[in-house]
Amino acid sequence: RLRGGVWNQEKGDKVEILDAKTREKLCFLDKVEPQATIAEIKNLFTKTHPQWYPARQSLRLDPKGKSLKDEDVLQKLPVGTTATLYFRDLGAQISWVTVFLTEYAGPLFIYLLFYFRVPFIYGHKYDFTSSRHTVVHLACICHSFHYIKRLLETLFVHRFSHGTMPLRNIFKNCTYYWGFAAWMAYYINHPLYTPPTYGAQQVKLALAIFVICQLGNFSIHMALRDLRPAGSKTRKIPYPTKNPFTWLFLLVSCPNYTYEVGSWIGFAIMTQCLPVALFSLVGFTQMTIWAKGKHRSYLKEFRDYPPLRMPIIPFLL
Amino acid sequence: MGRLTEAAAAGGGASAARSAGPPPAPLPLSSTSPGCAAAMASSEEDGTNGGASEASEEREAVGKRRRLGLLATIWLTFYNIAMTAGWLVLAIAMVRFYMEKGTHKGLYKSIQKTLKFFQTFALLEIVHCLIGIVPTSVLVAGVQVSSRIFMVWLVTHSIKPIQNEESVVLFLVAWTVTEITRYSFYTFSLLDHLPYFIKWARYNFFIILYPVGVAGELLTIYAALPYVKKTGMFSIRLPNKYNVSFDYYYFLLITMASYIPLFPQLYFHMLRQRRKVLHGEVIVEKDD
Repeated sequence: RLRGGVWNQEKGDKVEILDAKTREKLCFLDKVEPQATIAEIKNLFTKTHPQWYPARQSLRLDPKGKSLKDEDVLQKLPVGTTATLYFRDLGAQISWVTVFLTEYAGPLFIYLLFYFRVPFIYGHKYDFTSSRHTVVHLACICHSFHYIKRLLETLFVHRFSHGTMPLRNIFKNCTYYWGFAAWMAYYINHPLYTPPTYGAQQVKLALAIFVICQLGNFSIHMALRDLRPAGSKTRKIPYPTKNPFTWLFLLVSCPNYTYEVGSWIGFAIMTQCLPVALFSLVGFTQMTIWAKGKHRSYLKEFRDYPPLRMPIIPFLL
Repeated sequence: MGRLTEAAAAGGGASAARSAGPPPAPLPLSSTSPGCAAAMASSEEDGTNGGASEASEEREAVGKRRRLGLLATIWLTFYNIAMTAGWLVLAIAMVRFYMEKGTHKGLYKSIQKTLKFFQTFALLEIVHCLIGIVPTSVLVAGVQVSSRIFMVWLVTHSIKPIQNEESVVLFLVAWTVTEITRYSFYTFSLLDHLPYFIKWARYNFFIILYPVGVAGELLTIYAALPYVKKTGMFSIRLPNKYNVSFDYYYFLLITMASYIPLFPQLYFHMLRQRRKVLHGEVIVEKDD
């Protein structure tokens, strides 16, 4: 191809892909466009090794280094004319959306099995009977609302930065969510359920906490969604908006988690059920770990990150 | 010294078994020192252990140890010497009892105070991990020690009718030999003079001791089941204010069942570690 009147050799980069562990040459790509992205290289690699679809490929410059991003451009990487990339198999992958839908649909359905006292759970004389306690019906509404909200958010609100996660996560996550849902639901809907000690007062207060936190959690999800345009993977510092529920951003990095914990505390007070409290505690522990991680990445990425903010609990944690 | 590898300690039975936690992070065996095991322990947790060769682990271990403060080294040395001594005392007491009485009946009763003291004292190993003077993860150490505490306090101590079962002696013997080997191994490692036979013992005894310990523990729990069912001990029934129930009988059954997936994993992991450490095999770990 002529360029500027001078014969130039057809410029194309060569890419060789080696196994990160065994250093075995897996693939050699000739004439790759210098402007090619890692995503495109992954697609080319899949052609020669169809069992390794792009989502399960981790390509890196160093066998022990960090994974390259799909958007990275070949030309911009520190490589010569022949780029050596190391491949690691991430294992079977499943889409985040699939995982979320499955792990949330379970509790919704399972709780209702207990609520309607489907046969073989409680004694036969209780089959399809209904609790005489108002709080039990209220709890069912709250629990179901919570998971329906989560399902709808997964479908319409959340913008995921990763497409997939390892397949085994779905088993782990579903065991957790479904297991706890069944455990909680068993006691709340039990014929021998004991309503809260402080009666209607306690239930009303708990319900208020629950509703406020659900609204708060939703507000944060919407605010985070608006932060990132469709299809992009950009990251920005979230700030409070006109919505008062988002003002929690002034004090915490992950108010969505704060509100989530609050919702479950509300539900625990409402039902006065120890398994619910334990579920809240475990969830809180996990969300704190996530919040701390998120907080750390915000701090690393943004020099001007608001110093007053804590990861999950204002001023404390 | 931390309970780097209860598994390596072998005969830890349940403790070793449970220390695996959820797969796929079975306990690594330390090669020559806490540092190594540490490095392996923490990376095993992420599932990123690439089967580092012993040489590099050695170097890393020595490096890590040099970073251990003087106070920490002194404390850990004292701790491991004390624990070695404690379990030795236990071993001697058990032998003497059997020699004098000719039976195992009443043996548990005679050594229970010492057993409870030293086994409970091992809770400190969790603290060692928490403050970082031992490189094992808190979770791993926690699970290991907890399973021992469970066996001592929640089974043998609390369910008196089974105290004279033969299975109790079985796991006591396994634990005793295991712990003496393990703590002396740590002691010598800290002092930088590890006799080969201790290393050998640590990586070979488990082959017998581990299954023996597991058998002893399982048989003991099994023997306890009828009493637990009859008395309804440690159980909460409905209705109650906190809307929860707990059935210790079913809990024990589930505990016993959990040995099935955990034991083989740990055992084979330990066998692989043994090959690596004693025979210098470089094993490329399967990617998780």
